[in-house]
Amino acid sequence: MKSLLCISRHSPYGTAIAREALEAVLAAAAFEQNIALLLMDDGVWQLKDQQQPIAGIQKSLARNLNALEMFGVDTVYAHQPSAQKRGLNTAELCIESIEWLDDDQVRQLISNHDHLLSF
Amino acid sequence: MSTLHTVNKSPFADQTLQSCLTLCANGDSILLIEDGTYGALTAAPTTALLNSVIARGITVYALGDDLAARGLHSQLNNITTINYQTFVRLSCEHKTIQSWY
Amino acid sequence: MKFTLVILGAPYSDSASQSALAFAQAALDDGHSIHRLFFYANGVYNASRLAAPPQDEHDLPASWTQLIKQHQLDAVVCIAAALRRGVIDATEAKRYQKDSNNIAEGFELSGLGQLIEASAASDRLLTFGP
Repeated sequence: MKSLLCISRHSPYGTAIAREALEAVLAAAAFEQNIALLLMDDGVWQLKDQQQPIAGIQKSLARNLNALEMFGVDTVYAHQPSAQKRGLNTAELCIESIEWLDDDQVRQLISNHDHLLSF
Repeated sequence: MSTLHTVNKSPFADQTLQSCLTLCANGDSILLIEDGTYGALTAAPTTALLNSVIARGITVYALGDDLAARGLHSQLNNITTINYQTFVRLSCEHKTIQSWY
Repeated sequence: MKFTLVILGAPYSDSASQSALAFAQAALDDGHSIHRLFFYANGVYNASRLAAPPQDEHDLPASWTQLIKQHQLDAVVCIAAALRRGVIDATEAKRYQKDSNNIAEGFELSGLGQLIEASAASDRLLTFGP
């Protein structure tokens, strides 16, 4: 089976890209494919706690992130320097299990996968 | 196996090229396409970083059609101008393709 | 080599569609095969047959249709992304009681599973982002 890495680099509510990236990850997991998610650059904003989307207009992205584990996506990877650069408090996030990676570990993660889905 | 990185945003407006240059690995290649071709100018804020990446063995290309459309030519002599045929060949030569946009 | 291309940009908005089309053409000219074109996010707008660009402009959706027809390519449009953006085929138009449909010839609405299947079956996966 080919391994897929979804790299999600955009913030959650400004455009639909982050949501549609997560939907692709959920679909891959539902089809029992080997899929991992890496959040970096503005993509780390998806992890922010206390997201309060406008009821009836915006759907919660944090809820989709939380659904990943249920679909069998055990690990969400995130790029630590991206969070640090943005002053994101990594102690208070909307999901619990995140594996933080430095630059070298991101390079390693990319080289360990057969395909990249770039969002 | 290595990765081909495509970048389509101007480094004068956006951090995308900088992120790519920070995270590309030895043996990778970078291809500037669309507005990413503004990264081939010496005035780009990413030029020093780009030169250091090239110095450690990463090859940087720019798509000729996209340079020409913008009235540009690569001002950095260590960037190779290529056509779509070579873009296809590069994507065969690398295992994965990361699109930075 | 067997390619799958993911197109995320709308025609006439950004360059993703144009770049992907040029890449697809070059890959086919070079003797490679395209396992699937997957139109997702704003890329679904490439599948509308109702786009009517001025005569002196490149008709991108028509060029996709022509390429798909000429090489008998598998062109899938993500159904969830398409329906929320008003790109719809006859079956879905009936289901949702819409008075019309607009999907161009050669394109097919289907699920994200088609992207996942294509990635498993292809040697190379390329994303063309907005």
